[in-house]
Amino acid sequence: MTNKSWEPKIVCFACRWCSYAGADMAGTSRIQYPPNARVIRVNCSGRVDPNFILRALKLNADGVLIAGCHFGDCHYVSGNYQTSRRVALLKEYLKEIGIEPERLRLEWISAAEGQKFAETMKAFVNEIKLLGPNPLANGGPE
Amino acid sequence: MSTEQPKIGVFICHCGSNIAGVIDIPTLVEYAATLPNVVVAEDYRYMCSDPGQDLIRERAREKDLNRVVVAACSPTLHEPTFRRVLGSIGLNPFFFDMSNIREHCSWVHTHEEEAALEKAKDLVKMAVARAAELEPLQEKEVDVKANVLVVGAGISGIQAALDIADAGFKVYLVEKEPSIGGHMAQLDKTFPTLDCSSCILTPKMSLIGQHPNIELLTYSEVREVEGYVGNFKVKVERKPRYVIEEKCTACDDCVEVCPVNVPDEFNAGLGWRKAIYIPFAQAVPNAHVIDTEHCLGMTPIACGKCKDACEAEAIDYEMKPEILELDIGAIIVATGFKLFNALRQLEYGYGKYPDVMTNLEMERMLSAAGPTEGKILRPSTMKKPKHIAYIQCVGSRNERYNSYCSRVCCMAALKQARQIREKYPDIKVTIFYIDMRAFGKGYEEFYETTAREYGVNFVRGRISEIRGSFESDRIVVRGEDTFLAQPVETEVDIVVLSCGIEAAKDQGELARIFGIQLSADGFFLEAHPKLRPVETNTDGIFIAGAAQGPKDIPDSVAQAKGAAASALSMVAAGRVKVQPYTAVVNEDLCAGCGICEASCPYGAVKVVDNIAQVTEAQCKGCGTCAAACPNEAIAPQHFTMDQIIAQLDALFKEAE
Repeated sequence: MTNKSWEPKIVCFACRWCSYAGADMAGTSRIQYPPNARVIRVNCSGRVDPNFILRALKLNADGVLIAGCHFGDCHYVSGNYQTSRRVALLKEYLKEIGIEPERLRLEWISAAEGQKFAETMKAFVNEIKLLGPNPLANGGPE
Repeated sequence: MSTEQPKIGVFICHCGSNIAGVIDIPTLVEYAATLPNVVVAEDYRYMCSDPGQDLIRERAREKDLNRVVVAACSPTLHEPTFRRVLGSIGLNPFFFDMSNIREHCSWVHTHEEEAALEKAKDLVKMAVARAAELEPLQEKEVDVKANVLVVGAGISGIQAALDIADAGFKVYLVEKEPSIGGHMAQLDKTFPTLDCSSCILTPKMSLIGQHPNIELLTYSEVREVEGYVGNFKVKVERKPRYVIEEKCTACDDCVEVCPVNVPDEFNAGLGWRKAIYIPFAQAVPNAHVIDTEHCLGMTPIACGKCKDACEAEAIDYEMKPEILELDIGAIIVATGFKLFNALRQLEYGYGKYPDVMTNLEMERMLSAAGPTEGKILRPSTMKKPKHIAYIQCVGSRNERYNSYCSRVCCMAALKQARQIREKYPDIKVTIFYIDMRAFGKGYEEFYETTAREYGVNFVRGRISEIRGSFESDRIVVRGEDTFLAQPVETEVDIVVLSCGIEAAKDQGELARIFGIQLSADGFFLEAHPKLRPVETNTDGIFIAGAAQGPKDIPDSVAQAKGAAASALSMVAAGRVKVQPYTAVVNEDLCAGCGICEASCPYGAVKVVDNIAQVTEAQCKGCGTCAAACPNEAIAPQHFTMDQIIAQLDALFKEAE
């Protein structure tokens, strides 16, 4: 079902303190990774409204990555704990509506983990390539 | 809410060849010009330079721009620069957005020029869409408390505290140990000048003790930091020393009667101290402390001899821990390092052979005030050694432990080797190394002199094994001489392990308390590796010394002075700008359900009369409330629903 010309389109929400800076670190270290994702900078992963994720998927995003600070490192104390709970619930919901929950991924990436940011991108792009395009792109899962 | 039609200018930076070497700039400019609301799109070699900034100003005036997008490096680096450009021509600085086409694009997709161009187009498109939704904001100014908290009183913390106090501001200096001085107090001499460490450190220590602007809190630890730049609320725990500092005359009567012997940390375990002790002769404050872990018990039933002996009545067994609450303007964290634990590198036999010692143990042995009064003795026989071997990079430059270079061990080994050869020309010294790193001012010259004039031997190669000799009571070191490509095996009397520098044991806990980050090597992370080396990502909190990474004394002092200057510029100005990202409530949409109140990490949102209300001073703009609100009635400014949706729609809608 995947053809060679198809490249997944991914949106990544990155918190400015840890993961956005981690992506910057990947840049300053010149660590290469696949160019499929576009990063949206938010103050905290806790800012990521489930509506953003659903909207992205509805608009045929093939994957949504949320990246925030490790537990205990959140610049805003506990924002990332709330994110993890929201994502867990949302994955259940995605299953119900026929979208593979693997299309939504949550990772904790610190400002020093440029390598991890790049590895995460590689792994996520590979995973989405195996899943194929967003089922909604061809008129929905039914 | 601004109602005027957005007129956006897009400015694309080449960053020399950093961006232009990968991304086809003319195509990107052409594309940007076609985006909605874009009035002008231009490129320039260095947009952050003066001519680049002038270009933005000129075009903004000519084309009557009301929004600006710059596609360049990370906003972490130059967002403030370009916001100032907007401010300088009377535009609201928040009518600005930045596309990160360097760190997030050209630098990481270097060999995929087409894909990088497509990504850059998307990033610019998203920024343009977001720019159209931006709203003007006013940066708020808050007062800064006119004092600084310095945490850690090694050479870095001491220097920072003195600089700030001399400038006329109050300093709280917190040190976890009973005395200030840190690791530098343990050193005998310092490279490359062979200054006596105590002679240059102790005058600074006594200045700390006497300075009218410094409140010294030894045997104390920071437990909690709340608040924000300029207005931190800090809780410091003063641990009980069971000796009243002001009354103690340091007469040592209590030490003489104390029946407990404990290995002396200050002498790296080579000597003994009592359970009531002063860490070292020049300690500040010069007052005893009771080590409750080893004390037999502070009651007359268990022991109580020290209290009986103390004529000054300075001993108080009833002392309790005390929590001090401080209002602080800026914080400098200078909590230092710990030495690599040589027991971890099993093949070097530390702990198994008494004549295998660490560089710190040798340092104490070399000190006239140390356990051997400066004499070099084999611990196993207490006799003078004939041959001493140094092994470099123990725990450093080694994938098994720390891959970084600890920076000080080469010079420390050279210095000790020279001291040994000066004192005992008949003791042979051999240094086994990977490469000698003599990087500082005067260091290479010191290395040359040590090798040539003091007759120290150098063998390039890592030692693979240390074992006891089968023929004698000496130690055999085995390895490879990589210059001769031959195995080497030598009998020596003492092996000194040049243990590297590691992040402190509680570094992670400290990072959590101060809300700052760690880099991959476990030390504190600076805001920018080159341009903001003493700042952290948390405004108002600075770092200095070996807590930021392995450092020698000159570099620690330089960084401490940098951190002091940064903290001073903040407290001296008395006011600081804070970003206006606080949450605002749309009262028409708010149902007063209180979910936002429950989700706020700061207690900044309260539902009053069925409407959520935000306390601005407490809100930090994380937006967790916005993600939780079922009615989209609350959102942090500059990260509103419309702004983020605009980015998503720009990215995906066309692809439909």
